[in-house]
Amino acid sequence: MSIKVRYFANLKESVGRSEDDLIFTGILTVNEVWNQANPGKSLPDNILAAVNMEYVEFGKIVKHGDEVAFFPPVTGG
Amino acid sequence: MTIKISAEAFDPYQKIQAYQNTRIANIGTVGATSIFIGTMRDFNEGAAVKGMTLEYYPGMTEKQLEMCVNEAQQKWQLIDSLVIHRVGDILPNESIVLVATWSSHRGDAFDASRYIMEALKSKAPFWKKELLVTENERWVANNTNGYKPR
Repeated sequence: MSIKVRYFANLKESVGRSEDDLIFTGILTVNEVWNQANPGKSLPDNILAAVNMEYVEFGKIVKHGDEVAFFPPVTGG
Repeated sequence: MTIKISAEAFDPYQKIQAYQNTRIANIGTVGATSIFIGTMRDFNEGAAVKGMTLEYYPGMTEKQLEMCVNEAQQKWQLIDSLVIHRVGDILPNESIVLVATWSSHRGDAFDASRYIMEALKSKAPFWKKELLVTENERWVANNTNGYKPR
């Protein structure tokens, strides 16, 4: 199974890329998506997560074809 | 409801006038209009700022803005609403965001525009990167509470 992982703002700069295509087997949570895409790099504080453009908790289970996004607190307006 | 992301500078007063003329002018039940315009300052958190880049998440940003307006429509009696938010490279004095609400009564218009603005600031995925006069760049880490520090 595969999912797209996206990064934004300063998180994009710190991981050094804007997206990953992650191939996986079994059951994966959003938190495990981060760990598999960024081995050895702990998730920075305050990072938010979205699956298919909706906010989710890090325990949310992802499925084939999902788009998972990680980003810092939003600062628009 | 109209929601727009603008990659180019926009004149919020012209946008309001055009929307008023084409969408609102003939609605007899409109009794109140509330307009909020957010403008880029040339200072922030103790530093002089000469420019800013606003990043966003195409698709999710529009979706979250729509949810903010939908929530406001459920809480207050709105006739129409308009939200325009800038992205890309921005200069001081340029508009960042326009939120306008139309209703029959002022309470609904005032409260809904405030709600949309506050919801947008906490939910819509936009990120500001400031270019300081010193040429240093920095990401804005958090939104302020909306009041001048006392």
